[in-house]
Amino acid sequence: MSVTAKTLCEDEFFYGHKACAGCGGSLAVRVALKVLGERAVAVLPAGCMSAVGFNFPQLCFGNNAIISTFAGTASMLTGIEAGLRAQGITDFQAVGFAGDGGTADIGLQALSGAIDRNDDILYICYDNEAYMNTGIQKSSLTPFGAKTTTTPVGKNIRGNLRPKKNMFEIVAAHGIPYAATASIGYLNDFLRKVEKASKIKGTKYIHIIAPCPTGWGTATDMTVEIAKEVVDCGLWYLAEYENGVYTLNYEPKQFTDPAEYLKKQGRFKHLTEEDIQTITASRDAKWEQIYKTFQIN
Amino acid sequence: MKPFLREKIPVALSEIPETPAYEAGYLVTKNAGWRNIRPVINKEMCVGCLQCYLYCPDGVIFKKDGKVAIDYDFCKGCGICKRICKLGAIEMEAEK
Amino acid sequence: MAKKFLSGNEAFAEGIRLARPQVISAYPITPQTIVVERLSEMVEDGSLKAEFIHVESEHSALSCAMGASAVGARAFTATSSQGLLYMVECLVYASGGRFPIVMMNANRSTALPWNIYGDQRDSIALLDSGWIQSYAENAQEALDLALMSYYIAEHKNVSTPYMANLDGFVLTHTYEVVDVPTQEQADAFLPRFETENKLDFAHPRNLGFSAGPDHNTQFKYKEHLGLLRVREIVNEAEARFAEIFGRRYTGLTENYRTKDADFILVTLGSISGLVREVVDGLREKNIKAGLLRLRYLRPFPDEEIVRALSGAKAAAVLEKDISFGGDGTVYTNVTAALQKAGVRLPVSDYIVGLGGRNISAEEIEQIFEELKRGAVKTVFLGIGGEDA
Repeated sequence: MSVTAKTLCEDEFFYGHKACAGCGGSLAVRVALKVLGERAVAVLPAGCMSAVGFNFPQLCFGNNAIISTFAGTASMLTGIEAGLRAQGITDFQAVGFAGDGGTADIGLQALSGAIDRNDDILYICYDNEAYMNTGIQKSSLTPFGAKTTTTPVGKNIRGNLRPKKNMFEIVAAHGIPYAATASIGYLNDFLRKVEKASKIKGTKYIHIIAPCPTGWGTATDMTVEIAKEVVDCGLWYLAEYENGVYTLNYEPKQFTDPAEYLKKQGRFKHLTEEDIQTITASRDAKWEQIYKTFQIN
Repeated sequence: MKPFLREKIPVALSEIPETPAYEAGYLVTKNAGWRNIRPVINKEMCVGCLQCYLYCPDGVIFKKDGKVAIDYDFCKGCGICKRICKLGAIEMEAEK
Repeated sequence: MAKKFLSGNEAFAEGIRLARPQVISAYPITPQTIVVERLSEMVEDGSLKAEFIHVESEHSALSCAMGASAVGARAFTATSSQGLLYMVECLVYASGGRFPIVMMNANRSTALPWNIYGDQRDSIALLDSGWIQSYAENAQEALDLALMSYYIAEHKNVSTPYMANLDGFVLTHTYEVVDVPTQEQADAFLPRFETENKLDFAHPRNLGFSAGPDHNTQFKYKEHLGLLRVREIVNEAEARFAEIFGRRYTGLTENYRTKDADFILVTLGSISGLVREVVDGLREKNIKAGLLRLRYLRPFPDEEIVRALSGAKAAAVLEKDISFGGDGTVYTNVTAALQKAGVRLPVSDYIVGLGGRNISAEEIEQIFEELKRGAVKTVFLGIGGEDA
């Protein structure tokens, strides 16, 4: 029986932070730390969660926590894990919380190195689909069509032209002991995955979609619903990779309409019918690939 | 246990740590001023399902007497709790 | 103590083994490789109990060392040239975070053009990164600095990372007979690493935080003070070292026949041995030559320089670096120290040994010859015609 709202540790380890109201990333960090508890040592690279949580003398992490360099989440986790183990301390969890840019762009090399060494760390990517801390610039996890401040919508180009990088599959391709996707719209699934990961030795990776009301152009109270909807319409999926086997955790019987999901967000309001068809077609292609890769019939 | 408000704000050189390392969970400011609406829990309707507690990005909803209560010092008024509550036990009211 | 025939890299690795680092993270680059190869062998054969982390880049090497240091573990890394430049972000991060990591840097030219041989532009370009910087002359000093580096860096009044520089190839790959202390001696010299600047389960902390305009200057001032305190801690470390190992060093600088010298050459690193020989030769010809060797560039030994040079008629700086569009950086620092102290004498700047270019005794003699004329100029040796 995995941890739920009722059994979750009542302590709060991420509190009083200055994240925007309705921030999805802060929710992911908060509940993951509640699962991991006071023996978690958190590493956060330059990015939203470090910017809102570590402004001396307002220090919002109740557990041991440190900001790493932007590219250095995984490598600093490695050093923390090795340094504690070298001192005979083993009852802890080194956990990183990096955004999409910090993970899929500038931090990818260090993450790949850590997985290659199979360092005993948990790496959580809170994916809000752009460089939100610096003011909504495109990252390699920004979805097709999204308007950001570096993929503007004009006469010639309408937002981001490239699809999201397949981080989950990239990580899995290393032969990592455990990788999973999640969404802050389905927190029970996330809680279970964090708990499971914390009990596995070696490198663990969880990629959680965490909407950003500021960058996505949504109301602050819509964060959780939009994070549910992205799964329900099939533009994101809940899966695991363990011991070389992929598992789909949630298979919507029928997808909801992606147009509904997209139209709720300011960053997509320029999309044409044709754009939406492109997105829907690429969703279907992605699911075909999921069924094939995951060997699901 | 959670980070909490302190009275002392380090200002003088002698109060600043020698290195950038300081007590975890040291808070000196509230977030209450960010809010123009506040969630109010209807204790009659609340059944203590804890979904609002689980989904609050700021962790300001806590268990109390089998139900929940809110730390208004740190609530930003985002309204996620109201939308998550299936029983309609949370209303957003304008701050005066 | 055992006598061994070791290269500079190997001697440094022996010194690090004796210092018992708990985490070593390194990425290979010529001419640093041998130091990390030896350390990995020591870990393999059990003579060094450390976690050896095969990182995928220099940036990760230092980031990993910071993670280890941030939980109170003694950490080591080594690099050179482009590798040092690749980790620059982490250099300032480690000094700002006050993590007393020790890093060996095999001084090597920086691209472009590509060149694997020794000059000191790599480390000297990073004098402002907040690290202690030492420059060894020979393999024995390299080993001894490896041991002393942790004593100095980890001292509670310092808590600052330490970059131990060894001239690429000329020192890293040249073999000498070296006294290798016993582990008992090393343990008697070097205390365990104790710090409050760490993540700690008994006292949870937040590290590496932001500090806005209201507090930033105070943190940076404290960082500056930490580096300045190295002056006294170097002396303390060397006195303790002499007691245990019987070898005495001379602080931030080493004076060689400077007391009554009219003409003094200021230099650093392995070239000092040759300069010393030239000084001896000139003394036999009744020319009052002297050598001031800078053992440390950070903290900068300005008082020592002023004391050594204030009685001279002229001086020159011999350095393997150039701040393009300015002067050699060592020269700029030396002349600033003299200016601050109100000491006036002609000082010239000789830019030598770039990309490993050989420097001959004759050239050094010629520099002393030119000093007699009392000119102040910046000269590049090695451009042909010597008309710069």
